[in-house]
Amino acid sequence: MTLADGIWHQIFDFTDYGELLALVRNSLVAGVALGLVGGLAGVFVLMRDLPFAVHGISELSFAGASAALLLDTNIVAGSIAGSLLAAGAIGVLGSRARDRNSVIGIIMPFGLGLGVLFLALYKGRAANKFGLLTGQIVAVDTPQMSWLLGTSVLVLVALAVMWRPLAFASTDPDVAEARGVPVRGLSFAFMLVLGLAVALSVQIVGALLVLSLVVTPAAAAARVTASPVLLPVLSVLFAVASIEGGILLALGSSVPISPYVTTISFTVYAVCRVAGRYRNRRWGARQTAVGTA
Amino acid sequence: MTPIPRQDGTPVVGLRAAALSYGDREVWSGLDLDVRPGEFLAVLGPNGAGKSSFVRTLLGRQPLSAGTLTVLGRPARQAARHIGYVPQQAALSAQAMLRARDLVRFGIDGHRFGPRLRTGPVRRRVDEILESVGASAYADVPLGMLSGGERQRVRIGQALAADPRLLLCDEPLLSLDLNHQRAVTELIDARRRSRGTAVVFVTHEINPVLGLVDRVLYLARGGHRIGTPDEVLTSESLSLLYGTQVDVVRVRGRVVVAGAPDETAVPPHHPERLQETDGVRP
Repeated sequence: MTLADGIWHQIFDFTDYGELLALVRNSLVAGVALGLVGGLAGVFVLMRDLPFAVHGISELSFAGASAALLLDTNIVAGSIAGSLLAAGAIGVLGSRARDRNSVIGIIMPFGLGLGVLFLALYKGRAANKFGLLTGQIVAVDTPQMSWLLGTSVLVLVALAVMWRPLAFASTDPDVAEARGVPVRGLSFAFMLVLGLAVALSVQIVGALLVLSLVVTPAAAAARVTASPVLLPVLSVLFAVASIEGGILLALGSSVPISPYVTTISFTVYAVCRVAGRYRNRRWGARQTAVGTA
Repeated sequence: MTPIPRQDGTPVVGLRAAALSYGDREVWSGLDLDVRPGEFLAVLGPNGAGKSSFVRTLLGRQPLSAGTLTVLGRPARQAARHIGYVPQQAALSAQAMLRARDLVRFGIDGHRFGPRLRTGPVRRRVDEILESVGASAYADVPLGMLSGGERQRVRIGQALAADPRLLLCDEPLLSLDLNHQRAVTELIDARRRSRGTAVVFVTHEINPVLGLVDRVLYLARGGHRIGTPDEVLTSESLSLLYGTQVDVVRVRGRVVVAGAPDETAVPPHHPERLQETDGVRP
């Protein structure tokens, strides 16, 4: 009983909540930016079948961030550098789907190994180390904030410019290429954008759980809508809800933020999956009606 | 881009002494061909005879190893906007999550960068096209939930969306039942009659389009025959082409080719292509 109570209070504890809230204002702002970036990038991750690439990039992003921690430089910048290296390598070496997964499988453990090395050499606070892997909220200070927001704006502008041809090339590459869409160029450009998006997500949920921000919200949205407008809107809403909900719940606890974020985004996905079955049944009924007519 | 006049005698496709080879394997050579506006050209031949390479060549994605190609009087790549392309039906991957209307919309402005500013006119055009190919009833249904025949109607809508001068169809009747085959060929035929769109129709099965075809390009064994179906689809002509005795018989208006050896041991329809998920090939 007391043990269970103790655990419960570690997970949920809302004493002094108001004062804590002021401390994480920056994190809440960053959360909205990351929700936008992760939710939108996730739409293309889904279309292009890139979840494994997201995971691979996040491990190198972790290596970059831990190198920055060791050298006492900007962690966001280190994380972005690692991400871009991984994304570029995957983009260049793995332009074909079949090659891509093995390239990622080779890059990922290398990145993770480097990250472990840098953390082992680092003599600072243990919480900093752990945060890179599993997420942190209070670590978002003002210079990091400007990096986070600046990179988010860059990602959002890049996505806005290439959205249409990228969606065309991602879903219908043969016809897109025939129509003169630069399919290969867009593929590489998106990998770089994805690299940035992953580097940003690592700051909040940590390297191990980036998929819950970059893949789960979009996958949940895709279960309930096929509209090219509603899909990104819902995906962003789900991602923002997961992060902000996660930050607000984690505030009153001594465990990291990531279990809250991942649980919320997983729950949203589960609900959408069930809701999506109703939608599919409706279309299935249409097909039988046409078939028998 | 300067507009191309509709009727000025320029052939839609012009091939002169065109040849294509991979390494030292010559796929076809010495190809002289003009496709006129409104003409229906069927491209026939066994697997591995270079039918798909022919399509890729017209799309400007496969350079000739000799000779010249013009599409609407200019290099093929520059004519991309005037070609409506119906690709071979591949396993649905990411397309499954698009709705019928989204695929058609890509055919109109999917190649443009930047956000779409005025959506009204585009939406009306998409509705018109879906109506014209008889796909209005399932405009908002994801392609993954449509039958092969329904999907192919949408595909043709997409190809016609940009008002093309050349319609390039790669095995569009594959895995369709007879009713849908007829519906799809009628759509294509109506289009070329009303708008003078030239049609290049790659197929391994001539009979569904036999009554519509103006000329046939028959590719086999590195050689080719060009002419009307009556000229090309004869025992003499095909025996010469294959270099072995081939019998062509007409049974109740259908053409049956017997004894034509298959070109290579390549399995039909290149199933290895279907596994690509992002379609980016070397």
